This record gives sequence, structure tokens and C-alpha cells, in this order.
Amino acid sequence: MLDFPLWKKISLWSITLLLAVLAVPSLIGAGGLISSDAFEELPQVNLGLDLAGGSHLLLEASEEDVAAQRLENIEEAVRLAMRNAEPRIRIGDISTADDKLSFILDNPGDIDRAREELQPLIAGQGITNEWDLEVIDTQRIVLTPTSAGLSTAINTAMEAAAEVVRTRIDKLGTREPTIIRQGTNRIVVQVPGLEDPEALKELLGETAILEFKLVDKDALLTNVQAGIAPPGSQIFPYAEESDRAGGFEAVKRLGGIRGDNLTDARPGNDPQTNEPVVTITFDSQGATKFAKLSTENVRERFAIILDGEVLSAPVFNEPILGGSAQISGGFTAESAAKLAIQLSSGALPVPLTVVEERSVGAELGADSIRKGMIAMLIGSIAVITLMMATYGRFGIYATVALAFNVLILLGLMAGLNATLTLPGIAGFVLTVGAAVDANVLINERIREERKRGRKVIAAVETGYKEASRAIWDANITNFIAGALLFWFGSGPIRGFAIVLVIGLATTIFTALMLTRMWAAGWLRKGRPADINI
Amino acid sequence: MKLLKLVPADTNIKFLKLRLPFFVLSMVLVAASWGLVLTQGLNYGVDFAGGQEVRLTFEERDKAPIAELRELVGGLGYGSPVVQTFGEYNQVSIRVPLPAEVEETPGAATEIGNEVIATITGEYSDARTDGNDTVSGKVAGEFRQAALLALIAAMVAVALYIWVRFEWQFGVGALFALFHDVSLTLGLFSLFQLEFSLQIIAAILSIIGYSLNDTIVIFDRIRENLKKFRKMPLPELLDLSVNETLARTVMTSLTLLVALLPLLFYGPESLFGLVAAITAGLFIGTYSSVYLASPILIWLGVTSDSFVPQETDVDRQEKAARAASRGQV
Repeated sequence: MLDFPLWKKISLWSITLLLAVLAVPSLIGAGGLISSDAFEELPQVNLGLDLAGGSHLLLEASEEDVAAQRLENIEEAVRLAMRNAEPRIRIGDISTADDKLSFILDNPGDIDRAREELQPLIAGQGITNEWDLEVIDTQRIVLTPTSAGLSTAINTAMEAAAEVVRTRIDKLGTREPTIIRQGTNRIVVQVPGLEDPEALKELLGETAILEFKLVDKDALLTNVQAGIAPPGSQIFPYAEESDRAGGFEAVKRLGGIRGDNLTDARPGNDPQTNEPVVTITFDSQGATKFAKLSTENVRERFAIILDGEVLSAPVFNEPILGGSAQISGGFTAESAAKLAIQLSSGALPVPLTVVEERSVGAELGADSIRKGMIAMLIGSIAVITLMMATYGRFGIYATVALAFNVLILLGLMAGLNATLTLPGIAGFVLTVGAAVDANVLINERIREERKRGRKVIAAVETGYKEASRAIWDANITNFIAGALLFWFGSGPIRGFAIVLVIGLATTIFTALMLTRMWAAGWLRKGRPADINI
Repeated sequence: MKLLKLVPADTNIKFLKLRLPFFVLSMVLVAASWGLVLTQGLNYGVDFAGGQEVRLTFEERDKAPIAELRELVGGLGYGSPVVQTFGEYNQVSIRVPLPAEVEETPGAATEIGNEVIATITGEYSDARTDGNDTVSGKVAGEFRQAALLALIAAMVAVALYIWVRFEWQFGVGALFALFHDVSLTLGLFSLFQLEFSLQIIAAILSIIGYSLNDTIVIFDRIRENLKKFRKMPLPELLDLSVNETLARTVMTSLTLLVALLPLLFYGPESLFGLVAAITAGLFIGTYSSVYLASPILIWLGVTSDSFVPQETDVDRQEKAARAASRGQV
């Protein structure tokens, strides 16, 4: 146990120093002494949002929304497929009740052709279908979503949503946001330095689905106000900010276009009225569609609908062929800017709701770090005093090992790019308090063996050997608890678990291996006849 | 230099003599704790109850207008808020639990939170928002579930480890002691109605780890002594083991305590609950290692044979074969 060949000493020392050096940038960084770009490149411990200040949002999409959206899409696709079939397959009585799409074929003889046309729509990418097709009474077709199809749809929607969220936040100009998916239908957004997430929440709180639909000019005003839509039309309310807030507009279900083929959206002002507007630019496909819509409907009113609310319903004065359009609707400069960001980063495929929000001011975080450091310093001094007073030379070994322990722990965290959180500071203090436990066990055992009359070297050797068992057992059980904490926790709590778990490993290394090497060196060199322990 | 010896050498305290009264006391405390938790409940923070907690500093005041805040936020109609100072006198934390009727609505907590902050900053121009936690009912429910699962899993996992490393009686003893520690900590939080948050679960999980340290040290010594003194009656052997390891038990608990106390008193206010729980757990855990985990070994019938390799059928056959072959020669 006390035999340390040169190679062993060299490797122990090099690991120790290498890992300890890794801690230096983080230590200097905490003091704020150097701030240069080259220095920023060095690996440092990340500060969690609770220490650095910032916002954490957990966004959730409802799976029902995705399912409803998907049902709407398949309805469109089915209509299109039936219409484009050669010859056309006539269908009727379309319903989307109970999350199923059901419709009747006018001619039961079309059933085989209908099946054939629907096949590409219901087949999934894998072996399982995305929809189950069922025929009732020879002419009614019912499409039921399969669970595999639904989960693929949710996954696709969330992937796209995360991308839109990222684009929107980037356009807000905040630095280094973290955007990760969590579970099946959630997205975590963390933005360091953003103390007031209000603007962010507004930006993400809307899907920004833009639609252009023709106004149904035959609808009776009284019916529209009462919410009764004529056949083939639907009713949308005016947005609160628009000049016709409180009113409704009946628009034709079909024949409109969606504003998702945009290349750009910019806030601006109308040259005549000076009212804030948003200017959108379509891509070539969108421009063609928009040109067609405006050409075929000159002098007709059309409604600009955003997330199910009418912004305005102007008239196509002339065909719009240039692929760009101006949207007005009672905007302020801020709301125009916000809408421009939302439109240019694309619509969210599904609405997102904030289900958890945490934000911390940078001042509180800085205060926490300062108080935590002071408390840790006092605590360390107390532990060191106690150890040295109780175990003399062996207490000093434990103390030096403790110093290396803290440095290596910090260095490892920097190397692994781990995050230090407020509870993580408590984890550091706990590690300081518990790390010397190993040395207490060893030193008490050495005391005991000396009292039983063992020679110095034998006593130290037995001390390390016999105490190691309990030290390993204790650290492994702590590791189990720490690992479960990591699994269970999120954010700050996970930061606590990381410090505890890495701390256990560094403790085994410093308290067990380093002190043994030093004790062995001293015994070999000094050959003491007695030790004061 | 004379070294400090907190625990004199060769103590011979008859710990086990009082095992029954202490066991009864512990059981009464565990029962009382669960009684408290079930009747009075735990003072769930926003993590577990849902709702909002906002921390504010009133920069131009020495003292935060607590009564007025309570009235202002209470007037919003979401029930009565918990308003208390937090650190300095001009810092407050305001907690608005989520009303039961909107518990299922995903965005309700955020909307209420926005309204609370807007109302306060609208009324007090010097109010600075230091932090805000808003948790919806669904997420809070998931936290409760995960917390319970993590606690149970941790206790069972470490008990299994002890079983593997020692004997089943030791695993049961450790599990029992842990159950006692966790129960009493929960009881304390219920008794004093301290805010029970995710941090406290982290504290309890670390208590599970650290409380076991002392237990393991004593168990390790019991195992050693069981092999060494095979004829010694068990109660005497346990007393010997506890006494022999007493200096370690005291020292390891003490080093942790002196490290924690400055954090408890001078550390960041947001960590108070976490550190207070660990500190309380430290005392409870040390007590349970000595007075619960070890005596249980007597009742579960640990014997010195537990650690001596048992003679298996194969051994017996081999022995018989050897005897037979000797008989032939």
C-alpha cells in the first residue's frame, strides 16, 4: 500500500496539476481580473442562470392541437386528391368529428380508385401507416390517425417549432440562447442575461400564421355579427388593435392563400398615412399564387388574417404582380416590428404555451456568488483548523488534499463545460465538509492501530487499507443518491448533483491517493519512530 | 504539540442498553411526523403547488411595504398571497399559489404571474424584479411525482447496495434508518411550515447519502468485529463497535457541520432551506446510525456466522469424498 514507484508519483502529480490548472481560468474569471478574447476561449465553468441572471422558459405544445392541425391538413389533401383524380371522384358529407376524417363517395363504384388515390396520403415513412383506412357501408371512408402517425407528426411539428423559436430569438438579438427539446412536446429556452422575458414570451406566444382569404360579399351583415356563416364561408373576429375591433368578417373557406411562402418581412411606415405597416415579400411560388389571387379578384375585398384574427380587409385595387405586399392593421411601431420578426422566421406549426418560467436578475446572482464564496471560505478555514488540530501532520496532508480537491473539482467542471448553479455552490461546501471524512476515517484508524501497538509503518499501512473499504462503500452509496438526483432534477438541482457526483470522484482521488503518497514519502524519508496522531 | 481529542480514547458507553426506549421514541417521532404531514401538510412552494413566486427589491425604501403588498396582490382575486421579507428588509418574496380551478390550464400560471408583476411595478416605481418563478399546475404535478419517485428509488437503491456489500439484515437496518431520517425531516418541514421546494428534495437526497456514511462506518466495524470476536454476545459487540467508531462518527459529522454553518448563516438567502434541511438531517442521521441502524441488527438476528463462508452441498460432498478416500488408504 505504501509503495510508490517513480512512475506512479509522476502520474499522480501530473494528473493533479493538470486538472488543477484547468481551474485557473474559472477562478480568474470569477474575479473579473482579465477580460480578453483569448481568455474567453479557455475552458471555464459556465454559470447557471440563477447565478448569471437570465430567463428560463419551458414551452409546451398541446398534442390535441397537433392532431387537429393534422386533421385539417389531411382534409385538404383528400379534397385535392379526389378533385385531381382522372376522372374526378365526387365526395360529400365530410366530417372531422372525433379526430377522424369521414366522407361519402357519391358513386360507390369509385371505391377502389379512391383507395388507390388515398394510399400515398395514408402511408407512413416506415412500415406502419400514418392513417388507418376503413370503409363503412361500401361508400363511406373513415381515416383514423394511427398512434405512430401521430407521434411522427408531433415530432416533426416540435422539430420545426424549435427551429422557428431559435430564429425568432436570434432576430431579437439576444446572445447565446439555449434551445432544446424536452420530452415529446416541450421546448426549453434559456437566455442568459435576459432579465425580463416579457418581450420574448410575446414573440413566442403567437404562431403567426398569416392567411389571405376572400371576403364573402354575399354574407348578410346581421348574420355575420351573430356568428352565422353562409355555406362555404367561415367567420373570423377582428383583432383588438384593428380599427374595426369587435367586428367580424365572413370569408370564403377555399381559394385563399397562406403566407408561409415568405422570404422577408420588414416593419415600415405607409408613405401616405404614416401608419406603421409590415411589408412582406413572397418567394417565387408565393408570388405566383398571390398574383393569381389578386388578378382574378380585382376590386374584391380580401381579409388579412393573422392567427385567426382579421387585421384588415382591404380591396385589391389592381393585380399585385411584384411579389410583395403591405399589411396594415392598427399596428404600433413595436407590434409591427414584432410581427415582422414572427413572419420572417416562419409560422409556428403549433401554438406553444409557457408552462414554466424562471428568471433571475444578474444582481441577485452576483450577490449569491459573493455570499456563497465567503461562506465557503469561512467553512473551509473551520474544517482546516479542526483537521490540523486533531491530526497534526496527517491533518495538514488532508488540508492540502482538500485544496487540490476543490481545484480539481472546479477544473473538471470547466473541462467538461459543466454549469455551476446556486445549489451547486452548496454542493461545493458539502464536498469540502465531506471530503475530509475519508481522512478522518484513515487517521482514526491509524490512531487505533498505533494504540494497539503496531509499528508506525504498519499502522499507517493498515489504516489506509482498513479504512478504504468503508470509504468506497460510503462514496458509492452517495454516488447512487447523487445520480438519482441528477436524473430527477432539472436546471439548478442538476447543477447540485453534478458537483456532488464529480466531488465524490475527486475526493477518492485526493483524500485516498494523494495523502497516501505524501504519507508514504514522509515515512520513507524520515523513518519516524513515532507519529503524533 | 498536543493534538485535540474530542472523543477520549476507550469510551465504553452502553448505547445499546437504551435501545428500546430510543427505538420507541424514534417510532413515536416518525409517527408524529407522518401525522403532521398528513394533517397539516407540507407548505409546498411554487415548484410543487404551481403558481408564482416573485422576489422584489424596493430600491428607495428601507422597509418593504409588506401589508400594502399583501392587500394589493390579494385584491387581484387569486387568493391570499404569502408575502415575506427575504434577506434585507427592503427585499420581499411574494408567493401566489395557483387557484385550484385553473390548475389544468397550461398558460394560467404565466398569465397570473405577468399580472402580479405588472400590478406591483405599476404601483411602486422603485420595485426591482430580482427573480420570478412561475410553474403551471401540470409541471408542478410532474415535479411532485418525480420527487417522490426519486426519494423512494434512492432509499431502495442504497439499501440494496448495503445488502449486497453486507448482509440482508444490514440492508434492512439501513433502509429503516433512512426512512426514519426522511420522515423526521419531512416532519420538521411540516411542523415549522417551511417552504418545501425542489431544493428540499435535493437536500433530502443528500441526507440519504450522508446519513448512510456513519451507518456504513459502524456496519463495517460490526462486520470486522463479528469475524474477530465470534463468541461475544451481539449487544456487547455492537456496543464495542459503536464505541470504537465513536471518534470517527463525531469527527465526520463535525467537519460537515462546521462547513455548513457559515453557509446557513452567511450564505445566499435562496439556499437557506436547502442548507437548513441538510443540517437538520445531519443530526437526525447521526442519531439514527447509532440508535436505530445497529440495534435492528439484534432484532433481525445477525450472528457471527453471517460473514463466515457457509458450508454448501458441494463442500459437503467434497469433504465426504475426501474422508472416504482417506478411509480407503
